[in-house]
Amino acid sequence: MKFSAQWLRQWLPVTLATDVLREQLTNAGHEVESVAPVAGAIEGVVIADVVAVRPHPKAAGLAVCDVDAGRERVTVVCGAPNVRVGMKTALALAGARLPQGPVRSVDVRGVESRGMLLSAAELGLGADDGGILDLEDGGLFDRPPRGLTPGSDARAALYLDDVALDLALTPNRGDCLSVRGVARELGAINGVPIEAPPIAAAPVASAASLPARLDDPAACPRYLGRVIEDVDVSKAAPLWLRERLRRCGLRSIDPVVDVTNYVLLELGQPLHAFDRDCLEGGIVVRAAAPTDELTLLNGQELQFDAVADDAVADDAVADKAPAPLLIADATGPLALAGVMGGARSAVSDATRNVFLECAYFAPVGVGAAARRFGLPTDAAHRYERGVDFALQRQALERATGLLLAIVGGRAGPITEALSETRLPRRQTVALRKERLDRLVGEAIDPQTVESALRRLEMSPKAAGEGAKKVWTVTAPSHRFDIEMEEDVVEEVLRLHGYNAVAGRSPAAALPLAALPSDIAPESRLADLLAHLGYVEAMTFSFVAPRLAELLAPGQRPLRVVNPVSSEHAVMRPNLLPGLVGALANNLTRQARRARLFEIGQCFTHDAATADGAPRSNPRQEMWCGGILYGPREAHSWAHDGAAVDFFDAKGDVERVLALRGEAANFEPADDPVLHPGQSAVVGIGDERVGRVGRLHPRLEAELDLPPGVFVFELRVASVRKRRPRRHRAVSRQPLARRDLALVVRKETPAGRLREVVRSALGDRLVGFELFDLYVGEGVGEGEKSLGLSLTFQHPSRTLDAAEVDGCVQAALGVLGTQLGARLR
Amino acid sequence: MTGALTAQGAAEVEALERVGFAAVAAAEDDQTLEAIRVRYLGRKGELTARLKGLRQLPAAQRPAAGARINALKVGLQRAIEDRRAAISADRWRRALEQRVDVTLPGRQRRGGSLHPITQTFRRIESIFSAAGYEVVSGPEIEDDYHNFEALNIPAHHPARAMHDTLYLENGLLLRTHTSPVQIRVMERRAPPIRIICPGRVYRKDELDASHSPMFHQVEGLLLDEGVAFADLKGTVVDFVRHFFERDLGVRFRPSYFPFTEPSAEVDVQCVHCSGAGCQACGQTGWSEVMGCGMVHRKVLEMVGIDAERYTGFAFGFGVDRFATLFFGIDDMRLLFENDERFLAQFG
Repeated sequence: MKFSAQWLRQWLPVTLATDVLREQLTNAGHEVESVAPVAGAIEGVVIADVVAVRPHPKAAGLAVCDVDAGRERVTVVCGAPNVRVGMKTALALAGARLPQGPVRSVDVRGVESRGMLLSAAELGLGADDGGILDLEDGGLFDRPPRGLTPGSDARAALYLDDVALDLALTPNRGDCLSVRGVARELGAINGVPIEAPPIAAAPVASAASLPARLDDPAACPRYLGRVIEDVDVSKAAPLWLRERLRRCGLRSIDPVVDVTNYVLLELGQPLHAFDRDCLEGGIVVRAAAPTDELTLLNGQELQFDAVADDAVADDAVADKAPAPLLIADATGPLALAGVMGGARSAVSDATRNVFLECAYFAPVGVGAAARRFGLPTDAAHRYERGVDFALQRQALERATGLLLAIVGGRAGPITEALSETRLPRRQTVALRKERLDRLVGEAIDPQTVESALRRLEMSPKAAGEGAKKVWTVTAPSHRFDIEMEEDVVEEVLRLHGYNAVAGRSPAAALPLAALPSDIAPESRLADLLAHLGYVEAMTFSFVAPRLAELLAPGQRPLRVVNPVSSEHAVMRPNLLPGLVGALANNLTRQARRARLFEIGQCFTHDAATADGAPRSNPRQEMWCGGILYGPREAHSWAHDGAAVDFFDAKGDVERVLALRGEAANFEPADDPVLHPGQSAVVGIGDERVGRVGRLHPRLEAELDLPPGVFVFELRVASVRKRRPRRHRAVSRQPLARRDLALVVRKETPAGRLREVVRSALGDRLVGFELFDLYVGEGVGEGEKSLGLSLTFQHPSRTLDAAEVDGCVQAALGVLGTQLGARLR
Repeated sequence: MTGALTAQGAAEVEALERVGFAAVAAAEDDQTLEAIRVRYLGRKGELTARLKGLRQLPAAQRPAAGARINALKVGLQRAIEDRRAAISADRWRRALEQRVDVTLPGRQRRGGSLHPITQTFRRIESIFSAAGYEVVSGPEIEDDYHNFEALNIPAHHPARAMHDTLYLENGLLLRTHTSPVQIRVMERRAPPIRIICPGRVYRKDELDASHSPMFHQVEGLLLDEGVAFADLKGTVVDFVRHFFERDLGVRFRPSYFPFTEPSAEVDVQCVHCSGAGCQACGQTGWSEVMGCGMVHRKVLEMVGIDAERYTGFAFGFGVDRFATLFFGIDDMRLLFENDERFLAQFG
């Protein structure tokens, strides 16, 4: 919300420098986000009176003007259509500086022009309105009006040093959405009364009126209206008014809209003007019926039947919304109350008589309607946050006065429809000194408390003494955010100053925390992967539907109803879409190898509600995923540059699972996302822990990835589960080792050899290593040779050679019978 | 063989001596030497056998013959030891010749790194854990009740506009802040409560230099008897100074959050210019880093905590912002591009 600092200052009896304004407003909770000049940088521009105008002797369309510039009279050539004798305008003398450059004396086809008459745009005051600046004699914003003397500096005369303060106002402070409201805050901060411009009741010069009926008094308990007849809407609002609007960020539209906008900015009260002659019968303020239809000023056509599917994402929220409130006449809807007027009754060039509406609408309904139809208008913004419910008559008089001065006409009487009982209550709240001090953490002087509350117009009434003192405060009609004791605490603290409270360290009991040993901290997992050479990635939890379908086929991912973009439209069912994307990014940037990991929540429809998860909730589980591509090691003299393969990925998975400390099994995977011959399901006992393998070559191709991308995914809860470690005596008996070269069929999984040997030998076998794998010459077609190294040890005595040989024979026996293995 | 040291026996000893010493001199390694030792001097060695055979000699000849064999034995033993020492010396001398270029890069597996956000989370968690705060996490897909209603943000409240919410089907949503974790903890436990809740949060924001539809927050809650605004200020100031390791100025401004009252926004002196004003802070000298306040009475009442007896403070801040300030990262987008060269800098 933008405010002209000069306008604010006019409401205050003290002059506050811009820096002070900025500081005071920010510290009171109204953060000043920016301070911007309202005009361009100019120098040497003066106020001037046009004394004589004659046509240029040689150039059609140009005029030669004699201009009174105070100390001197100068001749300038001017091409503006609106230049006339007696006009007061701005003159840039030769030597002046304008935003677009310096001004010089120039010869215009035989006539020397010693300066330039300026338009609003040339002064940096926004758009031109058909020529040079046409200043009224009353000055711009002066109160009382001050003459504009020829020769006086235009910067000062036109308040060009003014700035626009952009305030970030919080939603609880609708009362600050006006000059009056911000000035009121500044008055409270500085302990001075504000000086509001006097508002006189307009003389009633016509009997014309329009009755209004409140059919939904909870949504609209107060509705004021007034007819003004015989207006001339072809008139333009004066420069000072348009300039005020501009400095607060609003454009001038037409005199009627300009006036209602002006009152909106000045007092915070939205008004709406109807073309009286388009209204049939009286005004009815009522809830919309499903059959109602309304075309708005902006052309939008509204329907009020059930909420359309795509209107709002939060359909649960829309269900509870009250029906939108309409302003209607005998014919039907005229306006969406508090949000926007309708096309049928809009003020136009042909309007002769207007009906001005000034009402109090309840916040919830207006907010819901504005959101439902996507109409965040200035009026809705204010009603939604709360408009002072005692302000309507004053605002309507203000608008009438301004309007009559511009467009003329005769005002009728104000009609008011009121439901006294449905008006908001001024809240009464008790503030206990004891509670105040306890909540703040230090004692605040009662005089400070009372002074703050009085300045905020809360009329505190004290009772009790000392720590038992209690103030009863009554919220003013413009405050919608004072409901309970803590709200008043904040108000006191706000004026006292948040920064005046000394910080301290909390005093608290010091219970020690439990430290479960059967679960490893997540940090160990991340640390381990980083040590293994993986760089941690963080990818978006929402992914493109195409990627989800490719990398989790047939899983129907959770859909985001209102995604940021189509690339972020579904929740990731696993970590692969993110990791694959991250790999692709790195390859695009010329990376030759990559190892990335991510730990994060993945989302599936899977039933089973986890503890503490929301009702009817999808499964949200932490997963850890990795992706590997390219040479195993960085390019170096010391490495051969071989590319990673399945066993690099598997090796890292094994290292990670070693955290848990239980033997993992790897079974060939039947996984549509992975290479059918280079992938495994990872399990521990019956628990499915994850998967590892090469991305399916078809996916590598579809995703534009080079061949040889390996991935793994592990369920974090399974990895963090930790087998309790217990001491077992280490045998000091000598080890006996025997190496065997075996031949088996190619398809025999090596893992089976280990199982078979282990089950045959039990705990005699303390070591099983696969040290060689050979296929080729010397080994039969369809066969492979495996080198096994078996280590034997007895827990308490030396094994003799015969026992060791017996073990080897036993091993060879089962290998032969169960797997068809034979010695090579 | 009789074993007697006859003339023939003497010749045999001489041969043994010749062959033995020659073999020792010719030995090139420890194993050969050991074999020679076993052959001549071992329990079944040739010289050992000859010494045993002395008993068969006439008594008069025994001393001379014994001395001869013993001398040979001692000599051979010494020769073996000398040879062993020579071989060993030769070996380490030869090892000396193996020289490397110490400027060649070491042979290593390149290490990875933790994401700057993870590191920032850990830094924050360490600071608060040391003061007894427990780290708690919660679901990223939330229901309306925990994300809004229980935090005193009823439907149609204008504050909902501050949270551009991303919705899923069935009325579920992606949590817009980590505050719902507070609610979940308060629903389960009685005060005192001292927790921080780190996690991912989501808003319908376009990705640019300072916004992202997904970002990270840490929420903190201290709920006990007698917790005051002064405690909040002390905690926040200590945290900020410990986190940035600098005595930065900290400013509290009144603000508005439906779930705290009083509420405050915290500004920290700009870490780039130390408050002098620069481009990063829009010339203000301050960076807005955190929202906080005293837990709202209605929030406590909704979870059934006695708001007269217990008071508490809560705070929440963007971890991405702390990370970018801490590491000097000038564009938030970098955090989610996952460029290894960017990420590896923080290893």
